[in-house]
Amino acid sequence: MHLDIRQIAKDFGDTAALHGVDLSVASGELVALLGPSGSGKTTLLRIIAGLDFPTRGQVLFGGTDASLKSVQERNVGFVFQHYALFRHMTVADNIAFGLRARPRARRPSEADIGRRVETLLELVQLGGYGKRYPAQLSGGQRQRIALARALAIEPQVLLLDEPFGALDAKVRKELRRWLRDLHDRTGHTTLFVTHDQEEALDLADRVVVMSNGRIEQVGVPEDIYDRPATPFVFDFIGEASRIPVQVKAGVPHLGGRAVPLPADVKRPADGPAILYVRPEHVTLAADGHGLGGTVASLHRSGSSRRLSIRLDGTDALVEAIAPYDGEAPPVGGRTALRFHSPGLFAA
Amino acid sequence: MSDVATLITREAVIAETSGETVGARRRQPRRPTEESPTIRWTLIGVAVALLVVFLLLPLVAVFAEALRRGLDPVIDALTDPDGLAAIKLTLLVAAISVPANLVFGVAAAWAVAKYEFKGKAFLITLIDLPFSVSPVVAGLVYVLLYSTSHGWFGPVLNGLGLQVIFAVPGIVLATIFVTFPFVARELIPLMEEQGTTDEEAALSLGAGGFRTFWMVTLPNVKWALLYGVLLCNARAMGEFGAVSVVSGHIRGLTNTMPLHVEILYNEYEFVAAFAVASVLALLALVTLGLKSLLEWRYGDELAAGRRH
Repeated sequence: MHLDIRQIAKDFGDTAALHGVDLSVASGELVALLGPSGSGKTTLLRIIAGLDFPTRGQVLFGGTDASLKSVQERNVGFVFQHYALFRHMTVADNIAFGLRARPRARRPSEADIGRRVETLLELVQLGGYGKRYPAQLSGGQRQRIALARALAIEPQVLLLDEPFGALDAKVRKELRRWLRDLHDRTGHTTLFVTHDQEEALDLADRVVVMSNGRIEQVGVPEDIYDRPATPFVFDFIGEASRIPVQVKAGVPHLGGRAVPLPADVKRPADGPAILYVRPEHVTLAADGHGLGGTVASLHRSGSSRRLSIRLDGTDALVEAIAPYDGEAPPVGGRTALRFHSPGLFAA
Repeated sequence: MSDVATLITREAVIAETSGETVGARRRQPRRPTEESPTIRWTLIGVAVALLVVFLLLPLVAVFAEALRRGLDPVIDALTDPDGLAAIKLTLLVAAISVPANLVFGVAAAWAVAKYEFKGKAFLITLIDLPFSVSPVVAGLVYVLLYSTSHGWFGPVLNGLGLQVIFAVPGIVLATIFVTFPFVARELIPLMEEQGTTDEEAALSLGAGGFRTFWMVTLPNVKWALLYGVLLCNARAMGEFGAVSVVSGHIRGLTNTMPLHVEILYNEYEFVAAFAVASVLALLALVTLGLKSLLEWRYGDELAAGRRH
């Protein structure tokens, strides 16, 4: 089931949570909505589910307009950050809830429901847990039950709101891999909300980066990381050094000297601009060809060494990474830098 | 500077060694929040003394006075037609007003906890009104509204053959007013804390509004609800002020148990008065027992919504 979001806007009183968002999700795709809190990602997810209604715009399920449909009619599987399991029901009753809530004509027999519950428990690797209560399960187990409960209604779309947000780091990583495997097996069109960039980049087919109610960039994880489309994405995802430059005739200048850039970097109009470059996209040129600079500091960072380099003719510091056992200039030493995949945006 | 430091250190060392050599009078380390035994036992003593004088002694006195001349006068007082009528009326009033406030309390808590609307703060204040208004005033308000001779609606209702004041409907109305907040106050904090996520989960799974309420919302608050109902019931059976104003004290007709106790007492029928009072006290004790049982059994679930 493919999903189209057209010009969705949402106002809460005077403040706009979403400003006309467009997004298409292909059938069977696993998409992450990534952004800081207040970026509108959860609001968008709830609008798709029908738990909130947009001020303007449309949501289309498989090409048909679902904007006016209620949450029950949309048949979406929704998984909440804090599980929202029914605490007074057993695990089996929780999973069966959606099937038992169906109108009599479409309701499976109790025997069929029982079999379906067993199958789903096996699918989430919690076979034999049916008689327990949610309080007797760990956080990770509860979230898997919540997922089984959402899958029980054979949803058209699976929506997960910070599904691993309440779990500790280790369980979080395990569940991430597990969810990816499960998605590959079941093939549900899935959207999940997260503020954890590692989770989004690791898990999703495509990542939607959101900020202040707008989509900043949509792309595969490699694009998002290596070719950020906006300054926000550069700042929010990974690390980047910011170097103030002057653009003259499309070429950035630093202290009067031109900075050589790869040909595919977009150039803003002439005037002040900021050059963004990630530490891992900076090469220390042994041959001396590149931007000259002086090493300001050097320290170990896990398996590599981090250098801060002050570029000639400016106060700007550029972060770079040198392999642990490789050659690196000492503090105060001269070096030359070359940038790969930098970004250049008007200041 | 360093001299002072040395001095302090030396003194500390001396203190330490002397304490060690003498061996006795070493102070037991105490947690910062703990008081000395003297203060502790004084406070406990005061609390226990007050409890005995103000709560336990009166309770014992009620039963002692009732049984002073044996069991027979007690049975007489309770099987007396007026006494029986008072017991029946009290149970009837509780049986009507408690379910009424159960429905009202659930509805009000649902509205306050699950929805945002204008005037919500005003509604919460209004729910609390019966707690702050004197019951006598509450009774008078109903007289003003429904009195057959000079009430706003009284003459009209009387024309339709319905007498409110000095009759059972008035007593029920006054009791409902006084016990209005109990269920709602118990549920609102718990429901607000629980939020609407469980309901949203049920709706997203395809359940309708009624099914969601019945299968998810209600079970989530059932113990707090029961707790509120017990408190409501205790007050409904014991209410004196408001009921006294609207009942008219007609023996065998509009006398509830608390009113009956007062009448008997004023007529110097002490044993009978205490006999009826002891039945009231027993009902209260049963309620308390049930409440404690609930707390003991479902303490964790109640804790979130407890305020009494």
